[in-house]
Amino acid sequence: MLTESQPHYRQPLLKTPFHERARALSQVDSFVAWAGYTTVDVFTFVEQEYFAIRNAATLYDLTPMVKYRIAGPDALRYLNRLMTRDLGKLRPKRVAYSIWCDDEGHLIDDGTVFHLGDSDYRLCTGERQLDWLLASAVGFDVQIAEVTSDIAALALQGPTSCAVLKNFGLDGVEQLKPFELGYFGMPAILGATGELMVSRTGFTGDLGYELWMHPEDAEAIWDGLMQAGRDCTIRPIGSRALNMARIEAGFLMPNVDFVSSERTLHVGTERSPIELGLGWLVDFRKGHFTGRRALLAEQARAPSRRLVGLDIDGDKPAHNALLYADRSGRRAVGSVTSATWSPTCKRNIALAMVDAPHFGTGGSIWAEIYLNRELVWQRRMARARVVERPFFAPERRRATPPADF
Amino acid sequence: MYDCIIVGGGHNGLVCAAYLARARRSVLVLEAADQVGGAAVTREFAPGFKVSACAHLLHLMPGSLMRELGLDARGLRMAAAHLPSTAIAADQAPLALDPSDCSGLAARCAADAAAYPRYRQRLQRLGAALQPVLEATPPRLGTASWQDRWSWLRLGWRIRRLGRRDMRELLRIGGMCVQDLLDEQFDTPLLKGALGFDAVLGANLGPRSPGSVLPLLYRTAAEARSGSALAQPAGGIGAVSQALAAAVFAAGGQIRTGALVERILVNEDRVAGVVLASGERIAARQVISNADPKTTFLKLLGSEHLDTGFVRRVTGLRAGGVTAKLHLALGRLPQFTGVAPQALLGRLLLAPSLAYIERAFNHAKYGEFSAQPIIEVTVPSVSDPGLAPAGKHVLSALVQYAPYQLLAGWQHERVRFTQLIIDTLEQCAPGLRAGIEAAELLTPMDIEREFRINGGHWHHAELALDQFFMVRPVPGAAQYHTPMSGLYLCGAGCHPGGGVMGLAGRNAARQLLREAA
Repeated sequence: MLTESQPHYRQPLLKTPFHERARALSQVDSFVAWAGYTTVDVFTFVEQEYFAIRNAATLYDLTPMVKYRIAGPDALRYLNRLMTRDLGKLRPKRVAYSIWCDDEGHLIDDGTVFHLGDSDYRLCTGERQLDWLLASAVGFDVQIAEVTSDIAALALQGPTSCAVLKNFGLDGVEQLKPFELGYFGMPAILGATGELMVSRTGFTGDLGYELWMHPEDAEAIWDGLMQAGRDCTIRPIGSRALNMARIEAGFLMPNVDFVSSERTLHVGTERSPIELGLGWLVDFRKGHFTGRRALLAEQARAPSRRLVGLDIDGDKPAHNALLYADRSGRRAVGSVTSATWSPTCKRNIALAMVDAPHFGTGGSIWAEIYLNRELVWQRRMARARVVERPFFAPERRRATPPADF
Repeated sequence: MYDCIIVGGGHNGLVCAAYLARARRSVLVLEAADQVGGAAVTREFAPGFKVSACAHLLHLMPGSLMRELGLDARGLRMAAAHLPSTAIAADQAPLALDPSDCSGLAARCAADAAAYPRYRQRLQRLGAALQPVLEATPPRLGTASWQDRWSWLRLGWRIRRLGRRDMRELLRIGGMCVQDLLDEQFDTPLLKGALGFDAVLGANLGPRSPGSVLPLLYRTAAEARSGSALAQPAGGIGAVSQALAAAVFAAGGQIRTGALVERILVNEDRVAGVVLASGERIAARQVISNADPKTTFLKLLGSEHLDTGFVRRVTGLRAGGVTAKLHLALGRLPQFTGVAPQALLGRLLLAPSLAYIERAFNHAKYGEFSAQPIIEVTVPSVSDPGLAPAGKHVLSALVQYAPYQLLAGWQHERVRFTQLIIDTLEQCAPGLRAGIEAAELLTPMDIEREFRINGGHWHHAELALDQFFMVRPVPGAAQYHTPMSGLYLCGAGCHPGGGVMGLAGRNAARQLLREAA
């Protein structure tokens, strides 16, 4: 927290309310900066944390997620002009993943919109966007405030996550449907009062929840969840394990799979939602929104590139690989933005931006992969097939009520 | 259902309407006030005293426009034309600014007298080369359009044809400050002050502000094909608007006064018409707004129909006026010390030196009015006695600097500034105050209120390099069409800007006819 005695220049990176707990459990002391906070990269080792996501329950500190409160009589009109989705369809106590674009129809950022109640919304994004949000507010009766440090947040993800929450004492949490949010009485064992907001959302593509709380309750809730999850082999995870899971789920990462058009320096490196395969998030019938005219025009043109999923031969992740039309490697047709070996799918997967006409599902291209075999570098051309995303989508992510496993 | 509705019956709106009506469009002009003209109107400000309420001289309207719309035939007559300009100062003899007769100047400085005609001629050559630019839609960069490419070629050719020396000079002085330009050529402070005056008149600039040569070039370019040099229409500037309205009627267009447009209607991402303050809805295929850009986009259309980046540009448009207008009802002809009666037909410029102007501008930077303002004085009743009761006179003056956002607030300071201007004039015209029967000061706040111009700027938006030509008023609306299908701009906020010129209106009409052919 910033105070008079601890001004920002003495703490260039803020600590989240979970920091002390995380530091105590961190074996390798690996922290990274995220949106002005320091958060854990890895607690033990990546594979162990990854398998906990897919087989048990995991805690991930979500506090640095930038949160805005958007409220006022015009909040819905404002959001509908800002974003590409029709948020008029978002009922109270529901959450929607949405994106917003600049005038040219280039993606600025994505985020989740929480409909908290009467003309009261919360927007969660990976990076700060206040300038654009305020610029978009001209002409609307709406108040926008950043509330990032007012709310501590934890992601509880994995097949046993619902069981953990029930153990924890959140009665009825199993009735929460995907993208629904609810308020639950604080479990008596914590000695805390008040309500805990829980949403059935996440970045793993698995069964999971996100918990939104007052920073003062943060440590007690962490402790309570770790205690309640002991029999479910709960463990905290860092951002690297989460990254493997989100690639399997086919989710995009800002600054990895696309660069916000507010930050690009080079002409032509911006990306539109259509190029990123997010066209399903664009509702042209709802009325005007920023970028609508540009996106309509783009839709009328033949697409020049598209973000696709790749299934690549072999087991070596195609990090940053250049893609070619054929094995000769003479004609470049794109590049990989995210890659991982998927332990669950047993496939070598990647997200990649591929030029026309090679992005059609079922198409076959070639990835140039560099391997370091005990300091001897090798170059491999591996066949890459364009496949549907997500790579991994278990039924349990949707089941209501979820099984205990 | 009309083809075209023009929001606002200012002179540009009327010009646009007349050209559209001549092209057989059904046209309706909606003017909020009780008479057409916008800021180009003549109205009574004291019983029996009439004045051109905002703009008070005609010198920018091209002869071609006046001929095409037949303004002569519709009763437009000049009370006086080819008006002289005279520099005045409290403690010096006046100086006539006539390039054809520099005897007065020669008596002060022989070198200046030799340089002045050369300066005027060069400026006029540069102005004449740029003049066609004013008469066309600004081109866009990086498009495949032949219209854009042709415009660039024509502009390049025009500048190239100036010859090496003038071309170099144009490129050199284009972004300069007017003080540097004038210091290079002249010594006489009174001359430099008066010449610098025309560069900063109507602009939020001082003579030392970078880019202050640009408004001067602009003014010279517009004057290059003016139909009437510096002139005063009989009956005041409102007579121009009346003649334009007659041209609209003659072409079959309609005009409604007292009709305040409240919103522009949109249907399926296309304009559908307008709704009046009375609640009446009028349908149209195209809506052409003579209102300023901020009013058009933020108030009449609404940001919900526009993209955030575009709205940000419109919001950032610099549109705060710095020019006030003083009207005095005088019981007798004012006597300006040393000024010949003939000079009173034209304009008197009170700006004794460039330093004086810069000092006056200093106040505006900090939200104050000038302690010693610069003033352009005309006494229109000298050539047009009908403006005042028999034997009496009207004084009409443009006064700078009077910033729109006055820190102390205009409601408290209006009287003090009025007295200060009168005191300043009294020093050049002893006895002036005693003859005053009534006074009216229009601050930019008042101009905003009376003429519905956001910011009270007579150009609707500052004419500066960053709001000029192909980026005027903002990128995305600089070719008269706007991001909203069917909505056009035709006011002074567009290229080539304000002053009673009418080219924004004519260019907009031509652009619309090209696009909606």
